[in-house]
Amino acid sequence: MIVSPQSMSFPDPLPLRSGASIRGYSLAYETYGTLDADKSNAVLICHALNASHHVAGTYAGQADSEGWWDTMIGPGKPVDTDRFFVIGVNNLGSCFGSTGPMHANPETGRIYGADFPVVTVEDWVDAQARLLDGLGIRTLAAVMGGSLGGMQALSWTLQYPERVRNAVVVASAPNLTAENIAFNEVARRAIVTDPDFHGGHFYEHGVVPKRGLRIARMIGHITYLSDDVMNEKFGRQLREGVVRYTTQDIEFQIESYLRYQGDKFSDYFDANTYLLITRALDYFDPALAHDGSLAKALAVARAKFLLVSFTTDWRFAPARSRELVKALLDNGRDVSYAEIDAPHGHDAFLLEDARYLGVVRSYFNRIAREAA
Amino acid sequence: MSDHATMQSIARLVPQGARVLDLGCGDGALLDLLQRERGCSGYGIEIADDNVLACVKRGVNVIQLNLDEGLSMFDDASFDVVLQIDTLQHLRNAETMLVETARVGRCGVVAFPNFAHWPNRLSIARGRMPVTRRLPYQWYDTPNIRVGTYKDFEVLATKNRLTILDAYGLQDGREVRVLPNARAGTAVFKFERG
Repeated sequence: MIVSPQSMSFPDPLPLRSGASIRGYSLAYETYGTLDADKSNAVLICHALNASHHVAGTYAGQADSEGWWDTMIGPGKPVDTDRFFVIGVNNLGSCFGSTGPMHANPETGRIYGADFPVVTVEDWVDAQARLLDGLGIRTLAAVMGGSLGGMQALSWTLQYPERVRNAVVVASAPNLTAENIAFNEVARRAIVTDPDFHGGHFYEHGVVPKRGLRIARMIGHITYLSDDVMNEKFGRQLREGVVRYTTQDIEFQIESYLRYQGDKFSDYFDANTYLLITRALDYFDPALAHDGSLAKALAVARAKFLLVSFTTDWRFAPARSRELVKALLDNGRDVSYAEIDAPHGHDAFLLEDARYLGVVRSYFNRIAREAA
Repeated sequence: MSDHATMQSIARLVPQGARVLDLGCGDGALLDLLQRERGCSGYGIEIADDNVLACVKRGVNVIQLNLDEGLSMFDDASFDVVLQIDTLQHLRNAETMLVETARVGRCGVVAFPNFAHWPNRLSIARGRMPVTRRLPYQWYDTPNIRVGTYKDFEVLATKNRLTILDAYGLQDGREVRVLPNARAGTAVFKFERG
């Protein structure tokens, strides 16, 4: 499946939860499959932390350019683009095509940098709703996402309950735990204390806070894997085969791997975007406005839900998904929940697992049946 | 125990339009039947991956949980009926789960293999553990970690102050109301908190 990115511009300002607003913005997106004449087969895919609108397929002439959820989405795949019109959208504040911190602020003509307004999950959903308006889509057959994308999918059912028929929420949570926020904070401190950060206006200095980004990614990466998988993959293997008695250089293979991941990330990810996205994660908490009651918060939802978690995911643990299940049960909503016994930790939601993909495939078959 | 006559018999114990929780719902066939024929709504609880998948395929709400971890997710009397069809015998904490069933449901329905069925008695009299259509496993290799009889359940229900609303045996899809403890391979009880 060869795809190409598109962009939609929005002249009207978007009011944000912070009280600020953003005007003259655009969103990058991709679509796969064909929209039915009655526009009833649209599926919106919300992305996680370091992903984008490029969820499936490849770009022409770029063999290694598979979308980040290519195992899940495409012709004949669990989210079958022969049946569904799938939309991948890139969030506001991202560094992958939508308006973000490296773009010029139309008010000042200056690159936003750290002045890019703080965006929340709810703001992203509002922006996505405008994209759907632009595409002429009133109702989604489904909204789907993993991790932070799952939070957006959940928020869709609360902000626009009448526009969502099904929500597929994978490896997600109704809010972050203190431990999760703590990891995010360490990552942010790594970035903002990098001498090349320049208060977020590093673009003007022609530098990038790579050291900070590297460390942020290393921390993140550790938390996305399970102890078992890391041990299986790297164990205590030494890179040189022998101990060299150095505190500065790489000794263990896992160090080499983390440095590699960090380097790769710091080459393509924007520091301000990382700060914005981790903050959006921290802030998400639909129960907050309802005396902390998730059941009350979810009372407005009308969608049918499929929730999936992975037993070894300690960052978005199954217990967090069960909280969502309970809140949906309390409201008598249609909900199915699969707890997949996979070894890969949080990353499992991006990987090929027959049970996981099978459940999603069956759920989407049902959506297609019900629409027919 | 998914033959049609058996399912129909159990379905008759569930009121029209009831909100149902089916503990150990298997492939969701009974819930599917209750939804289609009795206008019920509800959820199945299931631990096995293939059964969870089968439920999603059918369009039955299913929640993958280990029942041995309890029913703390469910509030008191939050369902009209809680079903435990061929589930009790697989549970480590069968008594706790029975009490929980009565807590979460306004009423409960339990069905399980009746160990006092006469072919089983005959087998025991000959000195061997029974291997039958209803209990097709060898004693050393069975998922049924609890074996009990129709009469045993009456005793357990009384001990836990459950009021039995209906009770009978099932054999070859037929309801057995005369001497069910000896004449039926399956015991069925409908009860509520006393």
